[in-house]
Amino acid sequence: MKRGSIWSWVWVAIGVIYFALPLIATFEFSLKAERGRYSLAAYRTVLSDPQFLRTFTFSVEIAILTIVFSLLLIVPTVYWVHLKLPNLRPLMEFVAFLPFVLPAVVLVFGLIRIYSRPPLALTNYAWSTNLLLIAAYMGLALPYMYRSVDTGMRAVDIRTLTEAAQSLGAGWPTIIGRVIFPNLRTALLSGTFLTFAIVIGEYTIASFLARPMFGPYLASLVRNKAYEPAALSIISFAITWIIMAAVQWVTQRTPGAGQVATGPR
Amino acid sequence: MATDSLPAVTSDRPAEPVVQRRAFSWAWLGIVPFLLFALAFLIAPAYFLFVGSLQDLQGNWTLENYRNLSQPIVVNAYRNSLQVSLATALGGTILGFLMAYGVTVGRARRARSGLLSFSGVASNFAGVPLAFAFIATLGRIGLVTTFLKTIGLDIYGQGFSLYSFLGLSLTYMYFQFPLMILIIVPAIEGLRPEWREAAENLGASNRHYWRHIAFPVLLPSLLGAMILLFANAFGAQATAFALTGGTINLVTILIGAQIRGDVLRDPGLGYALAVGMIIIMSIAITAYTLLQRRSERWLKR
Repeated sequence: MKRGSIWSWVWVAIGVIYFALPLIATFEFSLKAERGRYSLAAYRTVLSDPQFLRTFTFSVEIAILTIVFSLLLIVPTVYWVHLKLPNLRPLMEFVAFLPFVLPAVVLVFGLIRIYSRPPLALTNYAWSTNLLLIAAYMGLALPYMYRSVDTGMRAVDIRTLTEAAQSLGAGWPTIIGRVIFPNLRTALLSGTFLTFAIVIGEYTIASFLARPMFGPYLASLVRNKAYEPAALSIISFAITWIIMAAVQWVTQRTPGAGQVATGPR
Repeated sequence: MATDSLPAVTSDRPAEPVVQRRAFSWAWLGIVPFLLFALAFLIAPAYFLFVGSLQDLQGNWTLENYRNLSQPIVVNAYRNSLQVSLATALGGTILGFLMAYGVTVGRARRARSGLLSFSGVASNFAGVPLAFAFIATLGRIGLVTTFLKTIGLDIYGQGFSLYSFLGLSLTYMYFQFPLMILIIVPAIEGLRPEWREAAENLGASNRHYWRHIAFPVLLPSLLGAMILLFANAFGAQATAFALTGGTINLVTILIGAQIRGDVLRDPGLGYALAVGMIIIMSIAITAYTLLQRRSERWLKR
């Protein structure tokens, strides 16, 4: 094992410093809300701010709805394609990866152009704007959700499983509930966590659709306050860390199912 | 197809072709909701931006909007976006590869799993919180800025600014090189030990092995990953906007300003700007897909 040299450690050390310094700086800054001593005052202020609670709850709700609608749309579709239309897989993949060429700001530009004027003026009401927001997030999350579900179904050969269950006399509820779903748990969970990570801190689309999400709230704090945004950045980092740990945890037993980077922000 | 020319066959076996055709059309219906979703919320937005880019204010067809892309503010935005994306893609590729090399075949193998999980987090830690973290680090009163001042180096006095090209690039690097690590570690680990053994048996040194075998095999992966990093930076908006408050002129920032209040005073030009962005992203993603396929010839995943 003479290959490589001390340089390996040098590069890793540079990476670790690059990774740690901004976090240390932000954390140190977040503790300085009270003059002359370190305290958790900024965290107390932020966590008791009703605006924080409202935007955070709203973001979680939107994230959950996005996940539910995405699963309802994507899981049956991918299942159907694997079962009946395997020839259409390239087409489906092409459609599922379309969001990669539409950065969030371009996507929201197009959505506003269509859905803010008659006959489809969705942006006139809060509830219909929320629907538009969820649809946009389903779009952003589509490549990751699709890839998770598709990889999961390919890994367990869903077609053979279905046929085996059918030939043993299982009905559709049994097939879905006791054969398909347990085998897809890993894929569905990893898709779910990634979607959550995308939606929870999203800024661009939320701010252009003027919905009270967590991302725009944090951005307004950055403009107006000093220590509170530092505390919230640390909290956001912790949330990202927890989500990624969850993804790793559910995918560790399924090699190749891990895909951890989401798109541009 | 054959029913008109061969009516006798249909009368002999009437049921079969009909059943087959109906089964086929029913199967199609299963993906209709998915396609409708894509049509309404992905394809239609892109299509209407495209149509808008080809119309003037009165709705007449024109190419004027694309000619207007030569305005200084637009050219400038594209140049800045391309520069930041290319610089951070190149920097992220080099740094990411060196670190990935260090933890896979180099000496720092013990750091492998730690580095990979940090990369997973860091490549997803973007947007507003990342911008703030860099303000707290390299902003005017940031930790590193203040520290460097106490040892006699006033970086802002030397002309550095976090809200400039360099500052933005340093910030983007925070998610760029971890993304590179995530992509390239599996590729390096896909290099088979037999290849090295075969090379060594034929008298190759470590340098020969990398120069003639490992590097050429990894090249499509490296180029593909670099293009993905490029697209990742090119499409970013939230990080840059939160960092600079919109004072830096990037394509995504300019599109955002156009949505907020028609800063170009020309809706058509805004649409052309967005279409230009879609075209560049499409080229990048297509190139990435092709390189990905090329890299799978040797590194089957």
